[in-house]
Amino acid sequence: MSRLPLEGVRIVAMPVVFAGPFATMLLADLGAEVILIESIHHFPTITRGYMPRPPQFMVPTTGATFGGTGGIQTYVDHWAGDRPWERFVMFHALGRNKLSCCIDLTRPEGIEIFKRLIKVSDVFFESNAADTMEKLNLTYDVLKEVNPSIICLSMPGLGCSGPHKYCSVFGAQLQALAGHTWLTRYPDLDYTTTQSLIFHSDAAAGATAAFAILCALRYRKRTGKGQFIDLAQLETVVPHLGDAVMDYTMNARVQEPLGNRHNAMAPHGVYRCRGEDKWVVIAVSSDEEWQGFCRALGNPTWSKEERFFTVLKRLQNQDELDKLIEEWTCHHDHYEVMYVLQKEGVAAGVVLDNRDAFHDAQLNSRGFFEAVSHREAGTHLYPGMLWKMSGTPISIRKPPPCLGEHNNYVFKNILGMSDDEICELEKEQLIGGDEYICESPF
Amino acid sequence: AGPYCTKLLADYGADVIKVERPGKGDPARIMGPFFKDDPHPEKSGVFLHLNTNKMGITLNLKTATGKKILKELVKDADILVESFRPHIMPDLGLDYETLKKVNPRLVMVSISSFGQTGPYREFKATEIVEYAMGGEMYSTGIADREPLKLGGNVVQYQAGTVAAVATMGALFATDDEGSGQHVDVSIMETQAGSADRRIIYLMGYICAGVITTRWPPPREAVRMLIMPQGVYPCRDGFVNTLSLPQWWPRYIEALGMPELKDDPRFQNIFSTEAGMEFDAIWYSWLADHDKHELFDIFLKSKIASAPVNSPEDLLNNVQLKAREYFVEIDHPKTGKVTYPGAPFKLSESPWKIRYPAPLLGQHNEEIYCRQLGYTKEDMVKLREGGII
Repeated sequence: MSRLPLEGVRIVAMPVVFAGPFATMLLADLGAEVILIESIHHFPTITRGYMPRPPQFMVPTTGATFGGTGGIQTYVDHWAGDRPWERFVMFHALGRNKLSCCIDLTRPEGIEIFKRLIKVSDVFFESNAADTMEKLNLTYDVLKEVNPSIICLSMPGLGCSGPHKYCSVFGAQLQALAGHTWLTRYPDLDYTTTQSLIFHSDAAAGATAAFAILCALRYRKRTGKGQFIDLAQLETVVPHLGDAVMDYTMNARVQEPLGNRHNAMAPHGVYRCRGEDKWVVIAVSSDEEWQGFCRALGNPTWSKEERFFTVLKRLQNQDELDKLIEEWTCHHDHYEVMYVLQKEGVAAGVVLDNRDAFHDAQLNSRGFFEAVSHREAGTHLYPGMLWKMSGTPISIRKPPPCLGEHNNYVFKNILGMSDDEICELEKEQLIGGDEYICESPF
Repeated sequence: AGPYCTKLLADYGADVIKVERPGKGDPARIMGPFFKDDPHPEKSGVFLHLNTNKMGITLNLKTATGKKILKELVKDADILVESFRPHIMPDLGLDYETLKKVNPRLVMVSISSFGQTGPYREFKATEIVEYAMGGEMYSTGIADREPLKLGGNVVQYQAGTVAAVATMGALFATDDEGSGQHVDVSIMETQAGSADRRIIYLMGYICAGVITTRWPPPREAVRMLIMPQGVYPCRDGFVNTLSLPQWWPRYIEALGMPELKDDPRFQNIFSTEAGMEFDAIWYSWLADHDKHELFDIFLKSKIASAPVNSPEDLLNNVQLKAREYFVEIDHPKTGKVTYPGAPFKLSESPWKIRYPAPLLGQHNEEIYCRQLGYTKEDMVKLREGGII
């Protein structure tokens, strides 16, 4: 079997919440050895749970629990168990292919062990607040003394310099700062009513960070030089909103949210279908597609009316047009509408909820889901790779790691410690254990 | 998606040659916004943004000569990125199996809406379709209303970013193995596996049967904490605020209301009733403050909060200015315009703008004559034959 693309690359990582874990997941998928540095003394925010041992009432049973934040707080089978941090669904979603070891970085002896690991690693990746590494005295300046060719990436929300460097933000705030909240709402409602927990910055920053590491690894391959990567999560989102940015810089126009509409396509939107909360989206981008659309509906008389004849007319009379379309879609199954329209060359798709997506024909025919067995959570089909490679196929090779699961591998195999030494460090609680000994941070 | 992938590569130093069809060029050239609202093919803001640092040539791939020239280009290339529907390259006789014979080290990256295989592979899609099928559109928006698309074209930009990761990965494999490969990027899968949030919600369904839905707006929702969570009105706009349970003392400090510490109403931070009580205080306090003033207050108290910025606010953001984020780029048809800058700062091998987006066919001579060795007379014939 051929080697994976990043086989032999060792990444020491301290990622938290969404973006960092996502970035290191992509790198681990490519074959890098990603070692999570965790600590039995410190419980990171929203990574292995909201608290080490949530009371059962804090374990949501539906996505709508806790003002709608339940979806990201789910535990396997709604049961937190003896080791809740091993059953937190979010960690399972992003933890695959990684290793975990525990080091207490608040003590000098822990720092020494950490530096020994940095010495034999290629990359140090962290996504904590800007002051975290400063407080631990583990900034790039310190680490490059230990390993001159190390690549370090830090990704605080607003970057490693500037007056707002220490600003603590999450996806929701980045989305607001970037102008994405501004552009995402129902045009007839104000911002206070259109919240959801979909924050594009987590995806944008995560994928961009993985790309950044690959750029730096490539540069090092050529020159032997390591470097520091200062990634502001905000700055990864702004290019994704390039259209709105350019409209402002070129035309001094502040784009307003369009909801589900488009400024050059009509019909363009989401339409109710038969059944409970079933929807289809339709986007007609040319007159040719409009003809196809009319054919798919059996050329109803209204479709031949002059008010819908050109795209400009359709844009003008969109309210009436959408009503007429929904009168048709609401009698049909959402998949049926999609197939009928696609057959006539019209871009249309079902709005897939999580159950529909899990059973979806396309994802399944491409083998998107992969079976994974986890010591504490059992066997499930996990969402898999984000792309396919013909020469070096990638897959889920390892389940998400249990806390400290790879202590022995890291301390013995990589750092060459003896069993006695490890035993001693465990006794000192500098490493090891598979239990948090800290209590809830609040 | 494809153009953003190659923009990332070009902005960090790759020599990217953009191949466009003669006459019309990339369809992005007819996408708004346009410079000064002039719908000219060299003035599309989308095109200008997506194609910085690329050289541009025209080539008609439907002609035998055009195909031959593409193969000549592929021969010396490390990477080929294409984002046609899956049948197009094979129909042109330019599928991976063929191109691999021309250059065994070639990394060919095919980006499509649903992937190169599977029942939907030839389906048409746009941004909204990709979000509906791949992403979390179903849970975006609020209860009792229709699902909502995310603003802009972020799904496609995201797919381009993920594709750049995949491309670089394949390049590393080529170094080791000496042979290239075909990378199949499905925009649907870049969403289904994405941190915002489908991968997590899918896992929630798989492990616990949870179907995450659209929920009521914050004001009507059952609260988890006393403190606010979501978007709230202030004097001149809106702010987004997030709370962790341990932050209650920070709120007391930010609001300048030390008396709340001993207020019997607020002793249990998980109380819903107390949340309603706190709202009354919160809303009237916010109404007395501007969004940028609030940002400074929360920054000081270490509470995660931010103004709901418009694109104008974004361009004037103090932090981005201090980090010299936005860059000015000169272009022959628009003059100097401000663009989004580097998505990350590398200390040794920084992002830089070498040249603006290419005019249609701008680098024909450079590529065809200087790189591939065609003569000026050949160029005339190629032009007459509708090939370039």
